[in-house]
Amino acid sequence: MNSDIERLYREVMKDHYTNPRNKGLMGYKESSHKFNPSCGDDITIEANIENGVLKNVCHSGQGCLICCSSASVMCEVLEGKTIEEASELIRVFFEMLMGSLSDADLTKYEDALEEAFVYQGVSKYPARIKCAALPWKALEEVVLNHK
Amino acid sequence: MENKIDIQNIKGEFDIFKNHPTLCYMDSGATSLKPRCVLDKMNEYYNMYGVNIHRGVYELSFKASNEFDIARSKVAKFINAKENEVVFTKNVSEALNEICLMLVDDLKEDDIVLTTELEHHSSVLPWIHASKKKNFKVDYIELDENNRITFDNFKKALKENTKVLAITLVSNVLGYVTDIKPIIEECKKRGIITIVDGAQAVQHFKIDVKEIDMDFFAFSGHKMFGPTGVGVMYGKEKYLKQLDPVYYGGDMMDTASKEEILLKDTPHRYEVGTPAIAEVIGLGEAIDFIERIGFINIQKKENELRDYLFNEIKKVDGLTIYNLGTDSPILCFNINYCHPHDAITMYDEDEICLRAGHHCAELLSKHLKVNGTLRASLSIYNTKDDIDRFVKKTKYIVDFFKDFF
Ligand SMILES: Cc1ncc(COP(=O)(O)O)c(C=O)c1O
Repeated sequence: MNSDIERLYREVMKDHYTNPRNKGLMGYKESSHKFNPSCGDDITIEANIENGVLKNVCHSGQGCLICCSSASVMCEVLEGKTIEEASELIRVFFEMLMGSLSDADLTKYEDALEEAFVYQGVSKYPARIKCAALPWKALEEVVLNHK
Repeated sequence: MENKIDIQNIKGEFDIFKNHPTLCYMDSGATSLKPRCVLDKMNEYYNMYGVNIHRGVYELSFKASNEFDIARSKVAKFINAKENEVVFTKNVSEALNEICLMLVDDLKEDDIVLTTELEHHSSVLPWIHASKKKNFKVDYIELDENNRITFDNFKKALKENTKVLAITLVSNVLGYVTDIKPIIEECKKRGIITIVDGAQAVQHFKIDVKEIDMDFFAFSGHKMFGPTGVGVMYGKEKYLKQLDPVYYGGDMMDTASKEEILLKDTPHRYEVGTPAIAEVIGLGEAIDFIERIGFINIQKKENELRDYLFNEIKKVDGLTIYNLGTDSPILCFNINYCHPHDAITMYDEDEICLRAGHHCAELLSKHLKVNGTLRASLSIYNTKDDIDRFVKKTKYIVDFFKDFF
């Protein structure tokens, strides 16, 4: 047996869960905290934004593999992006999770999303979409508040 | 009553298995599946006499009212109450909230409401909320080393000004049955009002409210093979004859003027507006369904399932089990190094339905110092084959995540 979700777990989540990137808060000025009471996923995102660029992003918290690994992947993918680029990728990531991204857009954004692209697999598990989305929602809030 | 139902072939009574032949449903603690007879009965109401009750004087309305009243009488017999002690609510949560709101006016500052960390949120949150407004206290009976409620610890928790006890009869997470009778007896001696949450009890064994002698009792229809949208608030006549209802409006008063509202007698004064007529009638049918199987047979099958489940799951390494020796067909556990929600998704792949999280009993999660658990809760339609599939998948998940670390 090797289902989509198992591939997802094996390919990316294992790596990012056991060896999370940018984990631990650095005290950057802009932050957001998100909590999912139904499963206890609890994520804080901090960002250091300089001249419209997400210079550093870090996370801390606890939760399921999908949520925690998604936070780690997000930091890696979005660090160094401009606010505009990050906002666009966050939007695209949500649409991908919801399964509402067109095939053309999937192809278009595949490279830009880097490892986050693998979370496309989560769209088949509606109950877990909010887990993958949670850290991105937190960063979305940071970005919106900054504007 | 119709013929007896053979519990060995019970699956055939549940049409959901026709639509999902390989469904392995282990979340009956959240809600039970519904047998065909209950759905047919509700359809019968809508198709044959689907009008309002107690309002029209025409024949159809009379028929509907009659069926509604029959359902109340079935519920009354089911728990050995009087008909005027059975109030229909939308679920047990609403019933427990109403009881709290009706009693809370009589509590004074420094009075104590005694409860436990085993409670479902619906049993305890109404009191926590009210206590903040009115400055009374909520105290907790200390759970023993197995996280059970014991009579000794209950006695220790009693104080001079303990006025109300809100307690679960069966824990929805650990499946423990509270040894309720001595507790109620002691409360009676001390004039403590007792409220018992029976949501996880009524589907498993016979409840006799006169024998237990609690003041209030509540349960939901949907966990006992009945429809969603209907619950029951039982209260002793002496309380229900004099308490102030929470809700006011149609159907609950005899006469009304600008100056005065003259309430109907119980139970009607507590049932405002059009009730869930089809659901109440469906609940009556669910009670017939249970009685056609018989609690003796239900208990026998559930105990067999529980024993088999625990026997098999104990053989699996890499788990933490929280309720060994439990009284109900409920298993509460965690897979080491695996978040409950990650496990659920893996089970779901094989159509095995479990619940993960706090199970609306977060005080217990905090007490156990866990961030959620997995719960497999069984019912009469489960089989050994279900358990085998569940255990096999559990081993698979253990190995899968072990590989991560
Ligand atoms: C012990 C207990 N009390 C209360 C409830 C609440 O039931 P309902 O959601 O039907 O109001 C439940 C079930 O969720 C329960 O198991």
